[in-house]
Amino acid sequence: MMKCKRCRSKAEVQVRHHNAAFCRPCFLFFFQRQVQRSIEKHRMFTAQDDILVAVSGGKDSLALWDVLIELGYRTVGLHLALGIGEYSRISTAKTVDFALRRDVRLITIDLGADGVAIPTLARFTNRPACAACGTTKRHHFDRVAFENGFTVLATGHNLDDEAARLLGNVMHWQVHHLAKQGPVLEPVHERFARKVKPLYRISEYETAVYAFFRGIDYIIDECPNSEGATQLAYKDVLNRLEAVMPGTKLTFVQDFLKSGRHAFSASSDGAPQSCEVCGMPSFGTLCSYCRLRREVERRQATWKTPRAASGGG
Amino acid sequence: MLITLLPQRKQIEIEGRRRVADILCQLGLLPGTVMVIRGDTLVTDEEVVEANDAIEIRTVISGG
Repeated sequence: MMKCKRCRSKAEVQVRHHNAAFCRPCFLFFFQRQVQRSIEKHRMFTAQDDILVAVSGGKDSLALWDVLIELGYRTVGLHLALGIGEYSRISTAKTVDFALRRDVRLITIDLGADGVAIPTLARFTNRPACAACGTTKRHHFDRVAFENGFTVLATGHNLDDEAARLLGNVMHWQVHHLAKQGPVLEPVHERFARKVKPLYRISEYETAVYAFFRGIDYIIDECPNSEGATQLAYKDVLNRLEAVMPGTKLTFVQDFLKSGRHAFSASSDGAPQSCEVCGMPSFGTLCSYCRLRREVERRQATWKTPRAASGGG
Repeated sequence: MLITLLPQRKQIEIEGRRRVADILCQLGLLPGTVMVIRGDTLVTDEEVVEANDAIEIRTVISGG
């Protein structure tokens, strides 16, 4: 019988990359302690900070919000209703339910009500839905944090996300991205909050186990747009390595932060300007999100004009 | 045993009792990419699932 590393009772979960197994109470203790250590080691925030937590309704972001609440931090959730059919409807319902059950504040932004649901953006810009989604999320996370005075924005990126992103950045030598990749991104513009990833050392398996043990009702279904996503291909490669060499992902990410990242520091993008439309940080006259919206509006206008002409005659 | 795969919502049956690690190997699933759930508890790789048990194998990898 596999025994818990801490209390020697029957283990319920095995954490291979730490060569350890835990019973349920000891795993929850271990998980929370790991998160707390990451927060303290990288000085992500303190109990005096107001933290905006980006929550999708999936296991990672809800586990993050849950553990930050349990650790006593001051948090408010931010959820974007992306407008991706039934998937988004369920995601929003589970996020709202989580907030209600814990009596915590949740800010929800309905992209569909604003006319810029993700399928609309993808359809009118010929961009992959994931690219439009990423741009939209980043914009609203930054905007809501700034407009509501949050100094910290926390996301549920886990070890697998970070390892896959690192592999992708290395495979394509994305030196600007490598310079910025890490658990903390300090603000380089007055409208940016500090961006932090308290789960960056915790595997996707561990966050799923934490959510299961804590009874968190998260959306199990995958986003329909993620099928064939390159991130999944990188994760698959890394999981195959991990199966034969436990600890590979953690070493890859930790050693990059310790020994590799500084080599790319000269490749940083520098400080952004301000978008002339929305005022948010931008590397051109318009930020990526305003460019996206403008493209949609232009193409929607050209779509509607012939119809209006034929319909009105 | 009856196995429910999530999020695929697919059900399969396997004859006899098996170790969890052997079930995952037979299904081509890598350790650490799924949770194996029996009732309201997790089952570790070395545990045995009985022939008349029902388990859920839930993928934990998400992407996009």
